[in-house]
Amino acid sequence: MASLSPMQRGKSTWNPLAIEGLPIFLVFLAILVALMVIAPNAFLGYRTYLSIIVNYQPQIICALGLTLIIAAGEIDLAFPATITLTSLIFAAFYRFDIVIWMQEPMTWLGLMHDNMAPAEIAAIQSWICWLGLFVAVGAGALTGWIAGLLVAQLGIPSIIATLALSFVWRGLAVFLAAGKQFALRGFSETALWDVTTGRVFTGLFNTSGVVLRKPDGIPMQMIYGIAIAVILWFILNRHRFGESLLFIGDNANVARVLGIDVRRSRVKLFTLMGALAGIAGVFLTTETENFTTTQGQSSLLIVIAAVFIGGTSIFGGSGTIIGSYIGLLIVAVLQVGMVAANLSGAVADMVIGLVFLGAVILHMLVEKPERLKWLGLMVRRH
Amino acid sequence: MNGKSFEHVVRMENIRMAYGKVTALHDVTLEIGRNEIVGLIGDNGAGKSTLIKIMTGVQKPSGGRLFIRDQEIDFARYSVREAHQWKIETVHQEKSLGDKQPLWRNFFAGRQITNRWGFIDIKKEKQITNDVLLRQIGFRGVGITAESPVSKLSGGERQGVAIGRAMYFDADLIVLDEPTVALALKEVHKVLDFIRSIKQSGRACLYIEHNLAHVHELSDRLIVLDRGRVVSNIPQGSMTLQELQTHLLDLQRQKEVAA
Repeated sequence: MASLSPMQRGKSTWNPLAIEGLPIFLVFLAILVALMVIAPNAFLGYRTYLSIIVNYQPQIICALGLTLIIAAGEIDLAFPATITLTSLIFAAFYRFDIVIWMQEPMTWLGLMHDNMAPAEIAAIQSWICWLGLFVAVGAGALTGWIAGLLVAQLGIPSIIATLALSFVWRGLAVFLAAGKQFALRGFSETALWDVTTGRVFTGLFNTSGVVLRKPDGIPMQMIYGIAIAVILWFILNRHRFGESLLFIGDNANVARVLGIDVRRSRVKLFTLMGALAGIAGVFLTTETENFTTTQGQSSLLIVIAAVFIGGTSIFGGSGTIIGSYIGLLIVAVLQVGMVAANLSGAVADMVIGLVFLGAVILHMLVEKPERLKWLGLMVRRH
Repeated sequence: MNGKSFEHVVRMENIRMAYGKVTALHDVTLEIGRNEIVGLIGDNGAGKSTLIKIMTGVQKPSGGRLFIRDQEIDFARYSVREAHQWKIETVHQEKSLGDKQPLWRNFFAGRQITNRWGFIDIKKEKQITNDVLLRQIGFRGVGITAESPVSKLSGGERQGVAIGRAMYFDADLIVLDEPTVALALKEVHKVLDFIRSIKQSGRACLYIEHNLAHVHELSDRLIVLDRGRVVSNIPQGSMTLQELQTHLLDLQRQKEVAA
């Protein structure tokens, strides 16, 4: 190892690029400005932004959890399937009246009988959906726990274990749903909707003259999303558990030698990710008030892209919660923006891919400028 | 964990380690006294690494007994954390520190200063780390602070941090697993100075090393391990470096004859 002079390695110079999330935030602003020029109708008003924060909360929550996973040198490919499964579980509790495997136990418990009046059903729905929430999040945690056991106890690489499990959970969800989709009719009248999905600060938005099914406002899900981001930031950067994850991602052998319980940390990590995917599943269902058997499937690639765009290390050992949050916003505005600019989803995919690559190169430059020397060499050779 | 009245920091009796049909250690018995620097030498595959992994709680043996400060240890409960509580610290070849993590995290990893919810007192950890870097390890004017990531340190500096950490946590025994591997000569001398400071501070040290000149010079006693067995126990001064080399070559020859 070449020894560095004191000036080179001391923190003698203040480096603003080292502030967590700042480089990627500047990229985000640049993209927004570009979109305002390309599609002023969409990006100069507030409604596009509102639609993004309403529709992307489940993905944000998954990206935050995946940040810890990738910082620990692992990957999770199963969270979209967990979203599908937990969406189904939550929806099934709400629609106990049409889901066969809910009907039987409900009848046995005396809560259900033939020819129930709609009001009677709605009365049960209004409380049973709370139970659905806890069962769904618990089921999510269980799926993660199983992934954690496979990875930590059996030593199956997480990319393989979670890929296999994603087939299992998705298959299970479609099987339990008997291939059907169902609407959560009347759900927006329940207290649970208010708590999980309702809109606040509606007074800030001028909606006069437009009839909206849901008022313009900040969705409760965004507040939970930010709360989860804050909690996970503190866990990753200030808590013993987060530090264990960083050391495991850096080098699992070192972690073991330092007395970190690598197995237990990995099981806890995947369980946490599963629970977060469970919350994402419930949030997706409460926002769309619908369950389909493909629910959540489209989130896999954009969530992974968001985490890397945000600056979490590809090699493990470091991760940024703030970066992942902004990374997901970047992906979201690009997806929405390309459509608003009358460009197809294919163009959006291309742009996201290029931004993804550009961001990864940017982070490497900020982290280790010398790693990109070969870029210069290549240019000189031609 | 108890008072200071003990004879041996560590004593191992008939430690056996088998991986399936392969036996890495056959009934190894050895002891390390207080404030004794013991050099452990032997070829690759002699079982040195396995031996220290068992001693420091990374691995459980197939059989045998372990005494720390003359008290028998229950292997079922023994772990790295438990070894730390018994004041046994290890400095491994290259895997004692997490490369991307700052020094303060490396310093306290596995035994952070936390509140009751497990949140780390970062300010205090940084302050203590800076203090130890300056006073104990003597990193003065080299631009290394608690915030520096390990990847910016030279090989010798890394070993210095790992040894300094062991001393800060008041180890009775510091196990060094080839601390000078892949180091430049200047760096090697830094590490040897660190080892002398272990002796001076009244601690014991088990020192695994390939370079015979180094172990011969520094050790109070040498233990030679060969194919999982302790074959000689050589007190300092009983052999010159030349004689030691001849002795090891003889062992090698015997092994070849046997094979």
